[in-house]
Amino acid sequence: MANLLEMRNVHTYIGEYHILQGVDFTASAGQVSVLLGRNGAGKTTTLKTIMGLHPAKSGTILFEGKPIEKLSTHKIARSGLGYVPEDQGIFSTLTVEENIRVAMRDQSDATAKRINYVLELFPDLKKFWKKNGGNLSGGQKQMLSMARAFIQDSRLLLIDEPSKGLAPVVIGKVIEAIHELKKQSTIVLVEQNFRMASKVGDTFTLIDDGRTVHTGEMGYLIENEEMKRKYLGIG
Amino acid sequence: MELLINIFVNGLATGMLIFLLAAGLTLIFGLMDVLNFAHGGLFVWGAFAAVWTYTATDSFMLAILGALLTGVVLGFVTEKLIIAPVYGNHVQQILITLGFMLVLTEMIKVVFGPNQLAAGVPSYLAGSFEIGDVILIKYRLFIIVTGFVVFALIQFILKRTKIGLIVRAGVLNKDMVQALGIHIKKVFLYTFIAGAALAAFGGALMAPYSGVVYAEMGLEFGILAFIVVVIGGMGSLPGSLFAAILVGLAGSFMAYYVPDLSLAVNMILMAIVLIFRPQGLFAARG
Repeated sequence: MANLLEMRNVHTYIGEYHILQGVDFTASAGQVSVLLGRNGAGKTTTLKTIMGLHPAKSGTILFEGKPIEKLSTHKIARSGLGYVPEDQGIFSTLTVEENIRVAMRDQSDATAKRINYVLELFPDLKKFWKKNGGNLSGGQKQMLSMARAFIQDSRLLLIDEPSKGLAPVVIGKVIEAIHELKKQSTIVLVEQNFRMASKVGDTFTLIDDGRTVHTGEMGYLIENEEMKRKYLGIG
Repeated sequence: MELLINIFVNGLATGMLIFLLAAGLTLIFGLMDVLNFAHGGLFVWGAFAAVWTYTATDSFMLAILGALLTGVVLGFVTEKLIIAPVYGNHVQQILITLGFMLVLTEMIKVVFGPNQLAAGVPSYLAGSFEIGDVILIKYRLFIIVTGFVVFALIQFILKRTKIGLIVRAGVLNKDMVQALGIHIKKVFLYTFIAGAALAAFGGALMAPYSGVVYAEMGLEFGILAFIVVVIGGMGSLPGSLFAAILVGLAGSFMAYYVPDLSLAVNMILMAIVLIFRPQGLFAARG
């Protein structure tokens, strides 16, 4: 399967702190690739580095074969990457409609079709169309954030901890949504909740202390108790 | 009663002039997280440009256009040369914009001379209306109406246009706006230029109101605008309007009834707000 995104030996500093100390990662087209690791391992920084929010100090990031590590964030987004941050990044005093409108790049039929698609996928957004984003529940905010990234015709969605702070029943809906979005887009997922990660992920990459330590098929990790215990503290 | 109405109208007009200065400042503060102490300098350049153009052409409209053009050019230059290199560093912003404020003030003296200039009210805005015993000065009413029109126009742009939507989103979360593919630095530049033009417009309206313009007036009004932004809440336009009217009225009434407190009242208002609601009365973000 073709690699849509490839990171090679990426190093990132935040201030004077050397957070990513050699991350290698690939996301294959049409798959859900999950970044796993303990708190503070560097998973969120990896996504922010891909998006240029914490630019890489060294190393290479290729998207569809083209280097993006030197591009500014808005250019990276426009090259076809959608980002759903850990805190969802909802514009709290803007309505659901306005949150969607900020993300719209044009008024084309294709955009309208994508908006209709996400409104069918997340009917709550339609229901609360005129409600402020800040007044939505955690699950609804997650859905709005995913919808906003998707309507930009993103060929790669970077989703950071979508299950964080959500009730189990809502997590079930998020899992369904990711399965559905996977039909249209490749997904890179950062997830602390291994149960969820194992349900949606095709491949995994384990990050520890800012370095890639293992990568493989999700089935392999599910069976490997030692690896889960060592790097995720579970098992 | 007529005295109260006159003090009220006077305070409202002063408040509107402060609002024109504070409107740009609050958006620049809220969106760009930039502490621009040179904003008053743009106001005073607008005032001098307007007086100079009015003297040369005898046209109030051209005077306004001259001020707006000055604001746009100075806004562009300030953002590119002074502000852009210090994004994200408040200490450097304070130092460099304070320094630039002094440069702008001194440059006024170099270009227009060290003395204050007299500024006249155009004939069609001179004089007053009499309603019963109350005499309302036309130019003050013009400033009040203009202030509300400008507020409505900015609100329309912010609420009904895509660029306005992006500015509102940017005030809340700049990183997310960029991650949605929007070139936020371009938005910063446009916002800064618009803010500078508004400040210069305020200066242009101020000149006939005060009758004279002088280089240091930018500093005086700049401080008032900062107080208004703090009271109203960072990034909130309605907050700035409310706070500007409050400051204008408080100053006007105090100047009449307790003159010794007329300068201190704004600081007292700001201190009260900071104690009980540090994010400001209408903060766009906490």
